Amino acid sequence: MNLHILVLIPVLTALATLFFKELKQVRMIAFLGSALQLLLSFALLAAFYAERAAGNLAPMLFYSSFQWFPSLGIAYTTGIDGIAMAMILLSAFVVLAGVLVSWKMEKLSREFFFLLMLLSAGAYGFFISLDLFVMFFFLEIAVIPKFLLIGVWGSGRKEYSAMKLALMLMGGSALVFLGLMGIYFNSADIHGQHTFNILELSVRHLPLSAQMLFFPFAFIGFGIFGALFPFHTWVPDGHSSAPTAASMFLAGISMKLGGYGCLRVATYLMPEAAHAYSPYIILLAAIAIIYGAFATMMQTDLKYINAYSSVSHCGFVLLGIGMMNETAITGAVMQMISHGLMTALFFAAIGMIYERTHTRMLAQLGGLLKVMPFISSIFVIAGLCSLGLPGFSGFVAEMTVFMGSWQHVETGYRIATILSCASIVVTAVYILRAAGKSIMGPIVDDHHLHLSDATWNEKLAAIVLLIGIVTIGIAPFWLSDLIGPGVHGLMANIGRTILS
Amino acid sequence: MSGVPLTHIIIVSSLLFFIGAYGFLTRRNLIAMLMSVELMLNSVNINFIAFNKYLFPDNLDGLVYTIFIIAIAAAEAAVAIAIIINLFRNTRSIDAEDADQLKN
Amino acid sequence: MNLPMNLLLIPLLPFATFLLLGIFGRKYLSPVAGIIGTTSLLVSAILSLQAAYSYFIQHTGEVYTSIVAWKMTWLPFSQDVSIDIGFMLDPISVMMLVVVTVVSLMVHLYSLGYMKGEDRFATYYAFLSLFTFSMLGLVVSVNIFQIYMFWELVGVSSFLLIGFYFDKPSAVAASKKAFIVTRFADLGFLIGILILSYHAHTLDFPTLIQRLTASDSTYLTSAIGSSFLGFSALTWGLVLVFMGGAGKSAIFPLHIWLPDAMEGPTPVSALIHAATMVVAGVFLVARLFPIYAISCPGALELVMWTGAISAMFAAIIACTQTDIKRVLAYSTMSQIGYMMFALGVAGYGGENGLGFTASMFHLFTHAFFKALLFLGAGAVIHMIHSNEMKDMGGLRKSMPITHITFLIACLAIAGIPPFAGFFSKEEILSAAWNANKAIYYIALITAGITAFYMFRLYYNIFWSKEAKHDSHIHDEHSHGEGTLTMKIPLLILSIGAIGAGFIPFGNFVSSDGHHLHLPFEIANAIMPIGVAIAGILMATALYKKENDKSDKIVAALGGIYKGAYHKFYIDEIYLFVTKKILFNLIGRPAAWIDKNIVDGAMNGIASLVMWKANLIKSIQSGKVQDYALYFYIGVFGLAILAIYLVK
Repeated sequence: MNLHILVLIPVLTALATLFFKELKQVRMIAFLGSALQLLLSFALLAAFYAERAAGNLAPMLFYSSFQWFPSLGIAYTTGIDGIAMAMILLSAFVVLAGVLVSWKMEKLSREFFFLLMLLSAGAYGFFISLDLFVMFFFLEIAVIPKFLLIGVWGSGRKEYSAMKLALMLMGGSALVFLGLMGIYFNSADIHGQHTFNILELSVRHLPLSAQMLFFPFAFIGFGIFGALFPFHTWVPDGHSSAPTAASMFLAGISMKLGGYGCLRVATYLMPEAAHAYSPYIILLAAIAIIYGAFATMMQTDLKYINAYSSVSHCGFVLLGIGMMNETAITGAVMQMISHGLMTALFFAAIGMIYERTHTRMLAQLGGLLKVMPFISSIFVIAGLCSLGLPGFSGFVAEMTVFMGSWQHVETGYRIATILSCASIVVTAVYILRAAGKSIMGPIVDDHHLHLSDATWNEKLAAIVLLIGIVTIGIAPFWLSDLIGPGVHGLMANIGRTILS
Repeated sequence: MSGVPLTHIIIVSSLLFFIGAYGFLTRRNLIAMLMSVELMLNSVNINFIAFNKYLFPDNLDGLVYTIFIIAIAAAEAAVAIAIIINLFRNTRSIDAEDADQLKN
Repeated sequence: MNLPMNLLLIPLLPFATFLLLGIFGRKYLSPVAGIIGTTSLLVSAILSLQAAYSYFIQHTGEVYTSIVAWKMTWLPFSQDVSIDIGFMLDPISVMMLVVVTVVSLMVHLYSLGYMKGEDRFATYYAFLSLFTFSMLGLVVSVNIFQIYMFWELVGVSSFLLIGFYFDKPSAVAASKKAFIVTRFADLGFLIGILILSYHAHTLDFPTLIQRLTASDSTYLTSAIGSSFLGFSALTWGLVLVFMGGAGKSAIFPLHIWLPDAMEGPTPVSALIHAATMVVAGVFLVARLFPIYAISCPGALELVMWTGAISAMFAAIIACTQTDIKRVLAYSTMSQIGYMMFALGVAGYGGENGLGFTASMFHLFTHAFFKALLFLGAGAVIHMIHSNEMKDMGGLRKSMPITHITFLIACLAIAGIPPFAGFFSKEEILSAAWNANKAIYYIALITAGITAFYMFRLYYNIFWSKEAKHDSHIHDEHSHGEGTLTMKIPLLILSIGAIGAGFIPFGNFVSSDGHHLHLPFEIANAIMPIGVAIAGILMATALYKKENDKSDKIVAALGGIYKGAYHKFYIDEIYLFVTKKILFNLIGRPAAWIDKNIVDGAMNGIASLVMWKANLIKSIQSGKVQDYALYFYIGVFGLAILAIYLVK
């Protein structure tokens, strides 16, 4: 199985869209491209299982490496483990759903789909790359399209939001870059040879002083992508101004780049420093979880509600990483997958509601279940997943994080865990508040009486995401089987240093 | 060859240079500024010739450079005057203060 | 024994029905949804009765052991800790299987008539099936996390069904309240699970119980050894788990959601908020009973006192309510309090376990007569279109079947022999007498109050104002007494309410699996029967005929009545805590801080950069001669530097 196809297909799709002008043609190309991506990622999953079944125990499957800048030690190195595999699947689901909800993007449709595809190429590239520099390269590819997607196709204070998002993410990238340089220049082996290769780096011990200096750069840098408190403020503004598909991509994929980077680069390569800094990580994560949840409670705009709840949910990812044991990190990865699917579904539902009612304010919505049962059901299901109902993915992920976090007996860790657990109540409050006001209750606006329910493409988008959510929710063992060995591999490095 | 000492020539060229520099910084008229630039270039030419004559009479480097600078100066004057004319067409002025569209 | 598949079908059939009706019901299956749901549940009920038959009757040997019929690892956390999904058979789970499927079947049947013509008929049945599935999954749990999962699922089905009339703001508010209050309790449950599993290194029920009760167990030592705020980890864990149970079972002070939950359709109240879901808390404590009884009597004492307080408290409030469903809701709360303190007074094994058996017995009988009461009330509401007592009266002639069955249920709950409630209540009282006299007297008084308010209800509906509502019967909106499908469940359940008490319950359910002979002494029974009859007579005097005696008593009681009428202002306290403290003191500042301080800092950084940039920008004046000047200065600077450096 050739991993490069994963990057190539979106790029080719993006280029192909440029040759057409009509919305109908462009969206069909984008749809075919993203459907192909989904098929490919399933094929990849099958190949992955086949390799594992055949007894291939290499930490990274489908490994390949091409020299890029030999003099600097940069190579286009790719390979995936279970974690990356799960991330690729997530991206494929979200991309397809994102294309489907943008079916009626009349304004500059060619450019819109071009950017969407470019963004997905960046995401795939990021997840498959095993070279820090290449990883950074793809991370940057995934930032710029967001700026344009929000600035051009957004709503509300779109210029402000686009600028804010781009600046904060660029700031994050700058910190990441410093961190990567720090890793690179301290990676000399006995021959004085530096490397960007993650597998190489994981067996080389970076000097402790270098780790302590550069871990914060890498972690905070990636953390900004993953809504680390207090650098999360781009999330609400960015999401609320973005067009529906961009919100889905942003929350479903981009924020996961951050979590994945925190895990794969910062924690994995600098385990001693991660261990030393873990109380701070947990502190920030716990604040993000509980404070994000309380802040959500007071929001009046549906998109703001979901954006703040994303801050709270992404806190679980960072909490799991900060707890640094196998169960908690497995939970963190699950939470990334789960939150990606769930929040994309939520944004899709909000987008569909907004497209019909032209408002996202709770006060102006009500009784939508009567006029659009499908969309409302989707909204409620996404909400229930968000508040961690068993049978949906959120429950699985959160419980795994809690279970892992509880293994720490120190009082501070316990308090953080209990506070995080308490957020499930607050989550229930804000989800039910939002659903109770907008979906249930009497219809507040007579114009809403004649609105139509979802169209086939919107239904398909929702069903695609729902399949992911429910599959994880009902049969989580396959997901834990998939990412378990990957996390185990990471822990081999992280755990070793904790013991020593 | 003991007529004019080198120092005198250098003093002249320095005076010429600073008159040019002063003119360039103070005159607002672009034509006048161009003339000031020419003054500075010529003071450099004088220096070249003087040093060549006094220090390395056997070499031709200074003379070559002088001719080179004269040629460049001619080209430069042509370009500058073309710019000034275009500017005048656009702004009806050849005042340096008025040519600030790039500022914002 | 049965094949596991037969057993698995019991919960899976309702689940399949839920999927079928949930996805296709609205569009394609609306007319037949009720038939589909009822049929699948009928099969489930037959299968569970068969399971009960083979478990209890075909059983050989002295002790009922728990049998894990089927189990799979659902989500592994680590080597020895995992969430397993499975199917466990033991006396209490088999009993609950029967209760849940039978009551649910009755409610399904009843709803065919009651919900006829509803817009979302298929959705209603889908939700009912979802609830039944979740409740069945809950009772057969093999793993404490499995019970938590289904616990949440019954919570959400209850939410969906309370909010079934979603365009009614009061229903929406009630459904939110029910979900959030129980969710808060579940937080305790979750943390309790985390504590217990941390010390026992397992989530599996049998292993958990074994590890935390064996006196030489290192796990138990560790759980008792570590303490927090003066209580051992074990106590904390069990108390927090009980908190979850208290929330679901509407035990004081987490009861506030139950009366409001009556906004849901009445059959739903019968199934979820009377017979099955609300006893889940009792079931949970019963499930972990060996740990409570053997390792942590302190926690059990808490169970006892909260149960007793809850029983009495709810009974007092029930006397003052005028909405018939609310009266029933408070009576449910009171009866669950009975079950809880019965568990609390029990010990493990042998005669000490009387309270345990009594509690389960009461759970069993209560399910029948309380479901009957609710379904009867539903029939009344169906006809009158009102929940208020003042709109009722004199209905005994127009609704003969409802009247008779309702009376049977009232007699059963009041504890009049030979109806079911008498026997189970009797066992509870004798268990309490043996264990704790204070509890006994509380229970006795409560029994009297129960008889009083139930007959107040009965007289207000069927007697009192004589046949004022005859006109209703003939007007076009009235449904009469209801369809045949509504009457049959009433009759079947009244058979249960009469006959369930004669089951030799101690032979089947006991704390340690051994047979327990239930003591029955007529001398002990005199007092409770006397109290119950006194209550009934008092109600008869006050409410049988329309008169002003009751108003005078109300006036005489003054503040006490007012307090009880307003449910002792517990709702207001909660409202204060949530509105004023959570929203205004935490939520609002959090949102404000985020917008102004955290985001302000980010914007501040941006503005700082902007300001610096403006400063630097002013150097770029756009004037050629300024640039030339900087150039000269630069050249001079460099020249001077060069001169000094070269020297």
